[in-house]
Parts: sequence; C-alpha cells; structure tokens
Amino acid sequence: MNSIEIKKLSLNFGEVVVLKDLDLSIKKGEFLVLLGASGCGKSTLLNCIAGLLDVTDGQIFINGQNVTWYEPAQRGIGMVFQSYALYPQMTVKGNLSFGLKNAGLPKEEIENRVKHASEILQIESLLDRKPAALSGGQRQRVAIGRALVRDVEVFLFDEPLSNLDAKLRTELRVEIKRLHQKLNNTMIYVTHDQIEAMTLADRIAVMRDGLIQQFDTPKKIYNNPVNKYVAGFIGSPSMNFLKGTILQDGKPIFKLEGGLDESPDLSNYKFQESIKAETQVWLGIRPETIVTGDEAKNMPVNFSLEVEVFEPMGADTLVWSQIGGQEFRFMVDGNSSVNVGDRVTVGFDPAHASIFDIDNEERL
Amino acid sequence: MANSTVVHSIDGPRGPKPRKMLSRRNIILYGTLLVVAVYYLIPLYVMLVTSVKGMPEIRLGNIFSPPVEVTFEPWVKAWAQACTGLNCDGLSRGFWNSVKITIPSVFVSIAIASINGYALANWRFKGANLFFTILIFGAFIPYQIMIYPLVILLRDLGLYTKLPGLILIHTIFGMPILTLLFRNYFTTIPEELFKAARVDGARFWGIYFRVMMPMSLPIFAVAIVLQVTGIWNDFLFGVIYTKPDTYPMTVQLNNIVNSVQGVKEYNVNMAATLLTGLVPLAIYFISGKLFVRGIAAGAVKG
Repeated sequence: MNSIEIKKLSLNFGEVVVLKDLDLSIKKGEFLVLLGASGCGKSTLLNCIAGLLDVTDGQIFINGQNVTWYEPAQRGIGMVFQSYALYPQMTVKGNLSFGLKNAGLPKEEIENRVKHASEILQIESLLDRKPAALSGGQRQRVAIGRALVRDVEVFLFDEPLSNLDAKLRTELRVEIKRLHQKLNNTMIYVTHDQIEAMTLADRIAVMRDGLIQQFDTPKKIYNNPVNKYVAGFIGSPSMNFLKGTILQDGKPIFKLEGGLDESPDLSNYKFQESIKAETQVWLGIRPETIVTGDEAKNMPVNFSLEVEVFEPMGADTLVWSQIGGQEFRFMVDGNSSVNVGDRVTVGFDPAHASIFDIDNEERL
Repeated sequence: MANSTVVHSIDGPRGPKPRKMLSRRNIILYGTLLVVAVYYLIPLYVMLVTSVKGMPEIRLGNIFSPPVEVTFEPWVKAWAQACTGLNCDGLSRGFWNSVKITIPSVFVSIAIASINGYALANWRFKGANLFFTILIFGAFIPYQIMIYPLVILLRDLGLYTKLPGLILIHTIFGMPILTLLFRNYFTTIPEELFKAARVDGARFWGIYFRVMMPMSLPIFAVAIVLQVTGIWNDFLFGVIYTKPDTYPMTVQLNNIVNSVQGVKEYNVNMAATLLTGLVPLAIYFISGKLFVRGIAAGAVKG
C-alpha cells in the first residue's frame, strides 16, 4: 500500500509555475529523498504535502485518504525544519508537548509520549532548558522529537542538517537513518546535498524546475542516470563529460571532439536502443571508475594525459587534466606521488560510462 | 637584527593602549555634551524652582535663583484647587479623565493593531496588500481633514463629547502606525516557526497568543510607550471631542495656564505643567531600555 500519493499536483505563484502535473507515490515505510538545486521546487512540494501551501491543482493522498483540503495538523504528519523552528519562550518539554496539548490529549498520555521521545533521542536531561541554552545538534534533536511525539505515519524533513557543521551533520545523518530503521515509518527528506541523499534514501527523486527528472534507488541513479543533469548532480567529484560523435564501424566507436589518436570501442556499453551513426553525444564517465597505470592498459579504453592540477583529499587525490581541450578529472591513490606535468595513463570500461544525446541530453 | 626585534617584542607596547582622560578629544566631546545637556535642562530647572517658590519671590524676577523658601503650596493648588471656568477642583479631575481615556485607548488600539499586524504578516489573506496600502495611506492624511466628519460620525453614534467617543478616535488614529509597527515586527519572526505551529495544530488565535505574543514583548513595550505618550499628550482631539466635564488633563492645563483673569500664578502654572508631564516621563523611564530594543528589532526588516 502506498503511504503517500500525489496526483497531478500543480502549484503556481502568480505567473510563476513552480510545480507542474507532478505524480509521485511513496510506499509505506519508505525513505524518500527529494533532491535538487535550490529553486527546483523540492521544498515547495514538501510544504504542499504538509498542507502549508494551497495547491493550484491536483490531489494529495496520505494513507489512502484525500488530504488535499486538510489542515496540516489533521494530515498525520510531523515536520522538521532547517532552522529548527523551536518556540523560544517554551522549554524543551513545552516544545515537545505543544502539539499534543493542542490536540487535547490527556496529561498522562502527553507525559508518556514526551518521555518516550526524549529517551529515543537522548534529550531527557535537556527537558527543562530553553532552546537558547541548547547547541545546534541538540536543537535539531528536539525538533525531531517534536515530530516524534505526534506519533504519526509520515515524517517530513526540510533540509534538517543544512544549518549544522560538517561533523555534526554526519553524526545526525546516521542518527536519522537509525531512527528510520527503528520506527519504520515513511519519511520524506528534502536536501540539496547529494551525499545525504545517497546515504539515507531508499529512493531518490531528483528534481529540476518543478519536474521530477528521475525517481529511483540511489544505486540506479548513480549508475544509470537518465539524463546529463542527473548525472552531473549526483556523485562527487562530478562526472566527466566528453563531447564527441558516435561512429558505426560494425561496432559503435566514439570519436572525441578535439582528437584522440584512437577512437575508443564502445561495444561494452548497453545502449537503450540501437543508435544511428554520426550521433553527437556526451560521453559521461565518473572520476572514481577511471583507473591508472598498468591496470589502465588492460581497459578497453585508455590514453595518456598530463597532470595540470591535483587536489589531495586524504584517501585519494583528485587530478585535473585535459583531453582534446576538454576537462577531464580522475582519482589516483592518495599515497602515490603526483606532480604537475606528469604524464599518466588512464583507462576505463565503457560499460561504466553514460552516454547522452547532445541535443536533449537524454541517456542513449 | 633578529635579536633586536625579539627584545622589542618584550619591552615594547603591550596590553591595552593607555588613554589620557584630559585629551583634547575628550574635552571637546564632553564639553559639547555638557553644553547640550545644560541647554535642555535649564527650562526644566526653571520650572522646578519656580514651582516651589512663593509669588512674592517670583515677582523679584530672578528666575534662575534657587528658592529661598521652599513651599509645596503651588503643587497642592495646581492639583486640587486651581480654577478652570466654574470648576475649582484643580487638575485632579483632568488627571482622572486622562487616565480613563488613556488606559482603554492604549489597550484597545494595541490589541487590534497587533492582531492586524499578525494577520497581515503571517496569514496573507486575499486583499491583504490592498488593505495594508489603504491603512498606510491613512497615516498620511492630515488629521484636520477628518475632524469635522468625525464630529458628525460621533454625534450620530451618540458618542460626541463622551469619553468612549474619544477612545474610539484615539484607537482609529493609532491604527496605521501601530499596525505597521507590528506587521514589520512579525515579519522578522522566522516563517518556519509559524509553519511549525500550524503542523502542531495551533490555529489563528492559538498561534497568536501562544507563539507570537510571547516572542513580541519588546514591540508591545514600544507600542505602549508610543500610545501612552501620544494619547496623554494629545490636546487637539481632547478639546474637540469632549466637554468641560470630560476634558483631559492637557486641555485643563491649557485652561489654567492661559486664563486671562486675575493674577498670573506662575508657580501654580509650573507645578501644573510638571504634573501633567509626569506620566509620560515615568513611562519612559520604566520602559526606556525595552523601548530602544523594540524599535531596533522592528527596524531590521521592512
């Protein structure tokens, strides 16, 4: 059964179309991440699901119930905001119980739920403090707790970790994942951070300009991006894109624009459908799938490059280089010595590449 | 060379830079401040000393000289015996009238304006912008244009020359500026807080009383100061929309000071003026700090 179903959802702010005919269904207990650059409509979509924005058209179902006209509190959702949005004049306990008091729950029940939630989130010792006396991580825990006490089916997260520093962000990310494993309720998580998306999600919906570009598992999105935008957005460092032409010579071969002595053989690549000769394409290849040195010589595609810039990142070193005037990045082991001007042989297997049409940027 | 720099770093300047108290800069700065302060305080000083002098002493004409014989007679007279027209019960009647006008006017105008501001800032109802524009436009129309129509309106309502009528007038005229003040303050409160309260099931009034109001004490203090001083010091509306029985303190003060019959009792006039000014002064001293904080907070975002 689907926990959330969105049917033909549209939202306009005056003339501006933010969401257009959007369909989405989320399974019970699923962790869905809405991923996209700022302004792509992901937070707007979340606000629509929460009932904080009136939709222009379309329907929203939660647990099989049409909640399109429901107030946020009636929808069976809990929400966590980027700025925590804790009530500053109330204690932590007051913050946690505010929603329950509004719902008119008996005192004992409120006590029990607050106790239970604070145990799960380890904020029992903070219950009598005001939000101003909490650190960022503690505040965000309380904000999660406020959603938790509501005992709801669906959790909505609006970039909950963006205000935290990098270390805390990683810690809380794991905590959110643990929480999901424990509670097993549906979670929708909005972020622009593709690492958060990859690590947390059961499925990711990559959004752009109010449209869902790809809706799939993190693995599928990473390995088989449907278009150049998704391919470039997911993965860090981002994918290399080489411009060129596909030629048919009994087998498909790639002719790089700007020249390469040999034209690589693409027989290993699984095209969606048979491809016409002389098609202009982007060949996308992730830096982390590129191998160097002796290993590279055994690859179906290999060539040698000159190191222009290198960025040591600890475990790996990212090397920036050029091929035929086009930028090309690859990783080498962090312990190997790299110098500017070195020539390195690199290679990859076209089976790991992604090829996109140059006009519509769709995967071929 | 290397050696000498090391020695310098030990012997050289260290810690806070010493400053001379009697530097030229300080003398000019404090001198100017002193002159300005004296300039503003001298009239107050003259009023104070005159109000505790007897009439014979005042007739000598030395307005700056301290009182030889301190007497509180003028204060008592101003409060309880000074005559305006046929009434000779002093300013006390006007004082209580002013209290009866100010307290409800302040309360009602702030209650309505804060709810207006909250609705305009957070609920963005249809026509909110138009409503707001009209309200702000109202702030720029000169009072004089509205005086006569309001007389007719109050007469038709049966409130002309009655205290509730004047309270209504003060509430109406306080509305534009107060609504603007509250709206601007509420827009500085993060929208996510409002959203969180909605998810928590609070409605219009719940959010107002339980979330917004407790966060807005500084701006309420500002509004109270503005309204109390404004309404207490008002003369124009007080003289137009009331009658001698219901005159506020300012109107009565004017009648005492400007009476043309008999001897000019300067000491009584001074005492009466000081008495009238005491309330706004007290309000300012009590809430001065909050006032400044609230003005600054409201001004961050427009």
